[in-house]
Amino acid sequence: MSAEHHHHEHSDHHEHHELGFWRKYVFSIDHKVIGIQYAVTALFFLLFGFCLMMMMRWQFAYPLQPMPFIGTWFGETFMPGGVMTPDFFNSLGAMHGTIMVFLGVVPLVVGGFGNYVMPLQIGAPDMSFPKLNMMSYWVFFVGGVIMLASFFVRGGAASSGWTSYAPLSVIAPTGQTYWLIGMVFLITSSLLGSMNFIVTIVQLRAKGLTMFRLPFFVWAQFVTAFLLLLAFPPLEAAGVLQLMDRVAGTSFFLPEGLVVSGQQLVQKREITGGGSPLLWQHLFWFLAHPEVYVLILPAMGIVAEVIANNTRKPLWGYRAMVYATIFLGFMSFIVWAHHMFMTGMGTRLAAFFATTTMIISIPSVVILTALVISLYNASIRFNVPMLFALAFLPMFAIGGLTGLPLGLPVSDIHLHDTFYVIAHFHYVVAPGTIFAIFAGIYHWYPKVTGRMMNSFLGKLHFWVSFISINGVFMPMFFAGMNGMLRRGYDPTAYAYNAPNMGLVKMMSWSAWLLGLAQLPFIINFFWSIKGGRRVSQNPWDATTLEWTAPSPPPHGNFLTEPVVYRGPYEYSVPGPKTDFFPQHLAKAEA
Amino acid sequence: MSAGVLPYTVKPHPVTGLYSGKFGTWLFLASEVMLFGALFSSYVLLRVGAPETGPAAWPSHEETHLSWVIGGINTMILIISSVTMVMAWASFKMHDFAKGRTYLIATWLLAGAFLVIKLLFEYIPKFQHGYVPAKNNFFALYYTLTGLHGLHIIGGMIVIGYFIGPGSSLWRRDPEYYTNRIECTGLYWHFVDLVWIFLFPVLYLM
Repeated sequence: MSAEHHHHEHSDHHEHHELGFWRKYVFSIDHKVIGIQYAVTALFFLLFGFCLMMMMRWQFAYPLQPMPFIGTWFGETFMPGGVMTPDFFNSLGAMHGTIMVFLGVVPLVVGGFGNYVMPLQIGAPDMSFPKLNMMSYWVFFVGGVIMLASFFVRGGAASSGWTSYAPLSVIAPTGQTYWLIGMVFLITSSLLGSMNFIVTIVQLRAKGLTMFRLPFFVWAQFVTAFLLLLAFPPLEAAGVLQLMDRVAGTSFFLPEGLVVSGQQLVQKREITGGGSPLLWQHLFWFLAHPEVYVLILPAMGIVAEVIANNTRKPLWGYRAMVYATIFLGFMSFIVWAHHMFMTGMGTRLAAFFATTTMIISIPSVVILTALVISLYNASIRFNVPMLFALAFLPMFAIGGLTGLPLGLPVSDIHLHDTFYVIAHFHYVVAPGTIFAIFAGIYHWYPKVTGRMMNSFLGKLHFWVSFISINGVFMPMFFAGMNGMLRRGYDPTAYAYNAPNMGLVKMMSWSAWLLGLAQLPFIINFFWSIKGGRRVSQNPWDATTLEWTAPSPPPHGNFLTEPVVYRGPYEYSVPGPKTDFFPQHLAKAEA
Repeated sequence: MSAGVLPYTVKPHPVTGLYSGKFGTWLFLASEVMLFGALFSSYVLLRVGAPETGPAAWPSHEETHLSWVIGGINTMILIISSVTMVMAWASFKMHDFAKGRTYLIATWLLAGAFLVIKLLFEYIPKFQHGYVPAKNNFFALYYTLTGLHGLHIIGGMIVIGYFIGPGSSLWRRDPEYYTNRIECTGLYWHFVDLVWIFLFPVLYLM
């Protein structure tokens, strides 16, 4: 007994200094390793989700024609003779949305960037709850595996759209059950993560780092965490209810007298009915609208960091941006029904949600305007992260402004369920958030690895992506306004779509070019780990705390406990000889 | 290890007045409010929108065959368990480990009693008589709400059981840390009781 005890103590002692491979890189409780795990997993899912879409683009541009090369890989069930079946097409669409939102962008901007950068920016040694942090990654991972596994069950993956509208989703094949269980895991992971973020930001800030000295990125993560914490549980509840509908024969979302394939569902499945399909929509959008801000706020945070650093000026209107972010967070909880104008809601209710939707555009405009004014009179460094951050501004603006007609019932009724909607929210999330993600990767890569990414490959990546991504989404506005429906399997099925087919082909070829444009990034990302130019701990001459830690930061992050004396963006201020005044310096160094 | 490195794991933060675990617990409870809030809202919407007649009609109170006596007994059990939970924390606060542990065991047993009563006198007889979730939306909600609440009870029992058993070694190393964890467990436990305080009238009396 005592020998065993002694041995145990010994191994504990051993672990303290040199963790084994599994504890150091796999089941790590270090926020930086977890951040990298999140980021790499999420990047994989982004690529995977994008591949699904590139396949769908073939069916759009060349409907019912066999897909060259890869058409034969998927067997006779999904793609007989290389032509995708409508069911497989629906699966691809549903899983593209689900994967991009819940397994790609959110884990990347919150789990990846948030986990890695936020504790460093507030001068903390780690997150408040390191074990919980590890758990949230692994719960996310299990959710991702379940989602991927659903492709291999009978009937394929979930095919009822990423919104999983009932009653369609309730009567869908088994893949939908996997989707629901996967979502419960993903939601749980987000909840654990968001608690951790809030507590860390409130409790673990370095001495002197008041709330209004926080970098804007941290503020964005803070508000985002509240959105995740409070908006996700209703979807978890909705997921449980839909799971009950599917496996226990309940009728939460099934109305009376529902007819499926010419037969009353009541007789077919022995259910009572009496439920409400609209209940699902309410619960879903109560999450999914705040979710939009979960996607965009951290992206704005990244862009603010990159812009302040590369304009060599303080952010214009920092406080206004913070207040706007908080206001945005509150408002995002009372706009959800603008996704449901088509459900026949009363005009008074529609007027309420249209009004709140118009109001919520104000804080977004405040943030964007502040970022644009920050550029004024600056001597801008056009490095790769800055290119992506600059592109974010007009792209997000296009996405945001084209959303206004969708927030008003009158115009929404015409545009609803067309490609216009797709174009609108992709402008926000794809050239918006994903460009911000790229900006963040190029910006913080030297912190994570101690090496710079290749600038030529980065610029190649940027320019080709920038042009092709607009080639994908800009024509969608026009196709959508011409009436092209977003979920149609075969666009040529409607005669009125014939004039749109030129646009559709242009979108598809642009999407495939966009796919090619990611190759320089992927090569750059892996090659630079070993082959990139070695740089100092602060290669961008930045002011925030993460740049005072070594690159890569060791376990515990800082060599000496940082103390903060000033705001986050003191660039080109009088005093120091350099054009930046780091937060941790008490006096200007001679 | 983390206790040594991270500040405010045991001592409260001077500004918030909370140690991190307690802060996190409150946030977790906020998300739980949203979870059960969504389910209670669904209850309201489905009940208000239920058809007047037919198999999907909302059952009258008699038709549900739910006994307020059994529900009431279970309510009392949970309220008493909340008291024993507070007593456990207070005992640890006064450095009386043996007494605190006894109260923890009492809480655990009361939680177990709640589940046994729920299972033996409600779930099993109801299922035998065909009152399954698919019967109508009242029973669908009844099983979903009480089932989810039951899972929370089981979760609480796992945590309390951990602090009675293997987790109690923390008392010897750091009594204050241990007491804090009991406090957080207590916060959660009171919340689970509070959910039942809402569930009982909504399901058994209305």
